[in-house]
Amino acid sequence: MRNILSIFKRELRGYFATPVAYVFIVIFLFLTGIFTFYIGGFFERGQADLEPFFRFHPWLYLFLIPAISMRLWSEERKSGTIELLMTLPVTLGEAVLGKFLAAWCFTAIALALTFPMWITVNYLGNPDNTVILFGYLGSLLMAGGFLAIGSCISALTKNQVIAFVVSVVICFLIILSGYPIVLDFFRAWAPQAVVDAISSFSFLTHFDSIKKGVIDARDVLYFGTLTAFWLYASTLVINLKKAG
Amino acid sequence: MPYAIEVQNLSKSFGNLRAVRDISFNVARGDVLGFLGPNGAGKSTTMKMITGFLEPSAGRVSVCGHDLHEEPVQLKSKIGYLPEGAPAYGEMTPVSFLEFIGEIRGLGRRHLQDRINDVIRMIHLEAVLEQRIETLSKGYKRRVGLAQAILHDPEVLVMDEPTDGLDPNQKHEVRTLIREMASTKAIIISTHILEEVESVCTRAIIIAGGRLLFEGTPADLETRSRLHNAVTLSVNRDSFAAQRELGALENVESVDIRTDSSGNTRLTVVPAAGMNIISEVTDFVRIRGWTTTEFRVESGRLDEVFRTITTQQAGGGART
Repeated sequence: MRNILSIFKRELRGYFATPVAYVFIVIFLFLTGIFTFYIGGFFERGQADLEPFFRFHPWLYLFLIPAISMRLWSEERKSGTIELLMTLPVTLGEAVLGKFLAAWCFTAIALALTFPMWITVNYLGNPDNTVILFGYLGSLLMAGGFLAIGSCISALTKNQVIAFVVSVVICFLIILSGYPIVLDFFRAWAPQAVVDAISSFSFLTHFDSIKKGVIDARDVLYFGTLTAFWLYASTLVINLKKAG
Repeated sequence: MPYAIEVQNLSKSFGNLRAVRDISFNVARGDVLGFLGPNGAGKSTTMKMITGFLEPSAGRVSVCGHDLHEEPVQLKSKIGYLPEGAPAYGEMTPVSFLEFIGEIRGLGRRHLQDRINDVIRMIHLEAVLEQRIETLSKGYKRRVGLAQAILHDPEVLVMDEPTDGLDPNQKHEVRTLIREMASTKAIIISTHILEEVESVCTRAIIIAGGRLLFEGTPADLETRSRLHNAVTLSVNRDSFAAQRELGALENVESVDIRTDSSGNTRLTVVPAAGMNIISEVTDFVRIRGWTTTEFRVESGRLDEVFRTITTQQAGGGART
């Protein structure tokens, strides 16, 4: 536990020691603004809620989260610090978790900085703040899922660009796995049960209910399991690829 | 008392490449073991297995009684390790980097501050404490790597080319530091520099092609040299005649002639294997009444031994 905390602190400080953090946060806030007000039609809808704000989170995360996660392990491998880290008295699980939690905490900070949105909607009307809170929690859970996928992909390669592109593609497929674009590919040959299983993996369907203020245990379980699975896969990949 | 480092029948394969083959050795406290070998010989791979970074394909490693397989975390806590190239987190300053390492190593807050101050003084990092590591010179980066390796005062120290990239003064400092620490620790260093083996190591092993080819003291290594106990002299006579006469002596294998850039000619009298010819040569010179302007006994040339041992292995597949 103490080791996880040490790694977590080092990583989190690392984000703010470079321009990465500031660039990311500024762009994230800028894009959420554009999506909410222009594309989401926040004012035109005339409703006091943050649905237009949360609606685009999966698509924002699709590009922004791999930008954070791509360096998680690629950089360690490229600079050789992975050898340093893995010969310190920490377990691989602690290292994976510490780094993941730091990245997650960093996205939480970026997400928390969208609070003016929440103030605005409260100023303009009387929104259901529980729904908004659940929306934030759901968004954070989803970010965790994206980050865990990115962590695993980042462990596969020394090259951050490859890590970024591959993570985007995989996240894209998982977001869309409830939609024809992915399902049609499987429908042609896979049994219906498999198609149903794949469609239930979609980020969008699980995030949909949460952003409407319904926290279903199944959705939480879904994101939790997905995150745990990809983090575990990260440990396997790191072990396998350490030598290269 | 058990050895601090025990390595038994260690092997590592990467696909078809057998990087390390069946290597065994022990290191006791007070020993400084030098790893010698050409590039790609398996030195770094062996170190990576001892420090728990790589999983061995076969064999056993134990450090201070902790088996690599059963207690990897305890094993790692006993070791200070300077990996090849001294990697460090570039965006950190040496101080914050050392604080991070110390925290993970489980040093208490007050003790950690004391240790950081000690190490900074020992390694002379004072000038760069608040600079980002990525902006430091190669020599300072290497020193930061050394600092993190010795921060927790480990019982076992493993250093992959600790003096690589340092200038001669810095090399000297690092070697002095290693000698100072040697009495209480078991130390392994790898190096390409043979004089380093003579100046800091109590024992040496030579690895080539993944195999252990030699194990012994640096002095043992020297006795393997053709030139061990050879006599080099300059005489006021015709060199070729002198060469012929000296070559006729009983225990002399051959006599080499070398002329240096300023025109002085030296004869090197090489003894037959294991023979001591010093008194024989001095007597001979006195009886003949030659005047010698230079007379010196060679201790043996490590580079020559190194070349012989490592190229024999490469070219001599038939031997094994």
